Amino acid sequence: MTVLDQPSPATSVLARRGDVLLRARELGICLAIVIVFGLTTLKNSGFAGVLSVQQLLTGASLFALLAVGETMVIVTRNVDLSVGSVLGLSAYLVGDYFKHNPHAPIVMGFVIGIAIGALVGAINGAVTTLFRVPSLVVTLAALYIVRGFLAHVVNGRRIESDSIPEAFQKIGYKTVPGIDRLPWLAVLVIVVVAVVAYTMKSFRWARDVYAIGSNPDAAALAGLPVARRVFTAFVISGALAGLGGALFLAEFATVDASGGTGYELQVVSAVVVGGVAIFGGSGTVFGAALGALLLNMINQALGALGVSSFWTYAVAGALLLIAIAFDRWVGLRVALRQRTGAGGAHVV
Amino acid sequence: MTTPPDSAEADQPVPPAPVLVLERAVKSFGAVHALEDGSVTLYAGEAHALLGENGAGKSTLVKILAGVHQPESGRLLIDGEPVTFAGPAASRAAGVSIIYQEPTLFPDLTVAENIFVGRQPLRGGRRVDPADMSRRAREIFARLGVHIDPARPARGLSVADQQIVEIAKALSFNARVIVMDEPTAALTLVEVDRLFEVARTLCSQGAAVLFISHRLEEVFALCQRATIMRDGRFVRTDLVADLTIDDIIRSMVGRDLAALFPKSDTAPGEVLLKVDRLTREGVFTDVSFSVRRGEIVALAGLVGAGRSEVARAIFGIDRRDAGTVEVRGKALPGSSPRAAMAAGVALVPEDRRQQGLVMEMAIDHNVALASLDNLQEHGLIRRSKEQLLASDWATRLQLKYGRVQSPVSTLSGGNQQKVVLAKWLARGPQVLIIDEPTRGIDVGTKAEVHRLLDELVAQGVAVLMISSELPEVLGMADRVLVIREGRLVAEIARADADEDSIMRAATGQLAVTSA
Repeated sequence: MTVLDQPSPATSVLARRGDVLLRARELGICLAIVIVFGLTTLKNSGFAGVLSVQQLLTGASLFALLAVGETMVIVTRNVDLSVGSVLGLSAYLVGDYFKHNPHAPIVMGFVIGIAIGALVGAINGAVTTLFRVPSLVVTLAALYIVRGFLAHVVNGRRIESDSIPEAFQKIGYKTVPGIDRLPWLAVLVIVVVAVVAYTMKSFRWARDVYAIGSNPDAAALAGLPVARRVFTAFVISGALAGLGGALFLAEFATVDASGGTGYELQVVSAVVVGGVAIFGGSGTVFGAALGALLLNMINQALGALGVSSFWTYAVAGALLLIAIAFDRWVGLRVALRQRTGAGGAHVV
Repeated sequence: MTTPPDSAEADQPVPPAPVLVLERAVKSFGAVHALEDGSVTLYAGEAHALLGENGAGKSTLVKILAGVHQPESGRLLIDGEPVTFAGPAASRAAGVSIIYQEPTLFPDLTVAENIFVGRQPLRGGRRVDPADMSRRAREIFARLGVHIDPARPARGLSVADQQIVEIAKALSFNARVIVMDEPTAALTLVEVDRLFEVARTLCSQGAAVLFISHRLEEVFALCQRATIMRDGRFVRTDLVADLTIDDIIRSMVGRDLAALFPKSDTAPGEVLLKVDRLTREGVFTDVSFSVRRGEIVALAGLVGAGRSEVARAIFGIDRRDAGTVEVRGKALPGSSPRAAMAAGVALVPEDRRQQGLVMEMAIDHNVALASLDNLQEHGLIRRSKEQLLASDWATRLQLKYGRVQSPVSTLSGGNQQKVVLAKWLARGPQVLIIDEPTRGIDVGTKAEVHRLLDELVAQGVAVLMISSELPEVLGMADRVLVIREGRLVAEIARADADEDSIMRAATGQLAVTSA
């Protein structure tokens, strides 16, 4: 037991199996996506049609984008409930900007959206880390304050599509040449997911984020800049929600004070369904994005099957329970296996 | 007795300069003087014990070395140069690493990432290099002579392996001073041996190890010198070879201590607890024994052998797959702690923080928790009765506390254990199952707990004691049952029990059956 030799095959198999289990989570969601898609198409062939798939990807894109930012925050053992309000604020202010600057370059829409989101995220992060207030409360307050501020700014008006540059709107409805089911909006979100996923795996600061969520006290003892990393996570979540606001405007081409209302809980659901531990430390943005796609697909599938919209909520709730039950089951299996493994080791 | 630190230093030959010197460090928290004279001198290559009762200031001293606390006065020298640690990072940069009793790993990260967190080796583009990280982790484990797979997640590692990972982390910093704060409290004997092996390797490679433990026999096994503290003050530093256990205890306690294992001879009466062919699949099998009135029966064995699980099944926390439990001749239904309590059984669990206490709740509420049925009138709990019960038991057990309304987390470990005991003794149990009665508590309180157990059996209680500390088993038990891999493998009478016979049975080297 104390002698070093070649890596014992038993342990590396164990580790590999753990890896497979993690990947199985994302595979499982992919499988669920395929099954839901297949079954719905069997019942209603229109579900696989060009417009339907376009609509599906467009609809899921915003949630997937917000889920990416939310994942970073949840991995640090926090939560950001302000994303829906931030999206609404950003969407309206970007629209207002185009209304007053009709000839501005469309990239300004993204810059402004991201800046607004990052600002709210920075405030969330600063209050959470400086005053050590639970982020649940801080971002719940932000949800209401931002929405209230937005109502004040909007004052009952509405941005109509004629105020928004045509080129900007095209991002929302144009598809990639040759793949008429794939909207540019989805491409953009896929790129964001890929970049963030790679970042989360490959950079020290992103690994710190996992360490912090896994054991905050140990992170502080290890000298990790806990407050700075949590702050960064909130800024990124806010920035992505702000970007989501710009894309919301591009997609719907009209916005009032209610844009993004209620998104936060759908986003948190998507993240949990996507296998991110609600108490931090583990999970991938890739899984969270798939979770968003699955939830959206189920919504749309139920619609295509003519099921009442009441059921879409019930199904989303049931999925959440299944996801958590699955995590618990995997956790118990791992614990059990390790306990028996450990018991053996003592006797050697 | 109170040798000043300077003269202890002067005793040392001049050439090997100390790697770390802490002189007269002072630290208080509000009105509490946690440390009034924290002094210790460490030389490269030595294993140095830091001894003292709980509350003697050891933890505060460790936290000063860790950079977690900043002393109000006093000097800290590394290689003869005065330094101040602004935080944990500064301490680590100076080559000081702390292995805490509860290892502070990241369960979701891999072992290699745990070792290198925040300083992962990089490749192009400032990206983490997992292959290099794994290779370096393997190199460190090779230096320590252990094998742990760097790619596995830290979740599920045994406490012993977690400590090895912490030590590997210390080595990756090129730590020259390694402080081990009660590392052996939760380890089995085999694991303690392996840890000592690793500690000796560290010393032979030139590191200084500061070792904290409540188990004095471990100090004699590992350390060359020992520093003893009492009430926040330095008492003495001596060569371990020049010290006896009595010297150490006297210096720690400041007075002569009544026997650590007071054990009066009692004549066991009728059987109070009878366990017959108790089985829980995959955990333990066919466990049969009985405990009589006025008798302490110890359940010994390695950690993980199934001892606590047997206790949990008797008490009805865990399901039983087969077998029966009888209390005073009446069958006890399974899966009902309530029924067990009604039958007069009490269980003091092994982990007082997680299982025994509600840490943030007041002392009196904790004491009353198991007796609420007796404290209520018309469905409402009588606050006055609750407080009376708590202060009554606090006096009986000589609890050291501020107010009974203070959270139990403000108490020292030994006093917390007394609160757990009070909670169950308040019910007047006939059968007391006590799991690790003195884990992690100081020598003075240990003796008190043992005296209490002795009084209880004299009053006719049947005690089933689970303990990993062999001196405690040998000192207190009338009979020793040994469990190995879920089976009862030996029953040894007090007269025949010694370390050798128990360990042989527990490790399966020889099955002793003297019953």
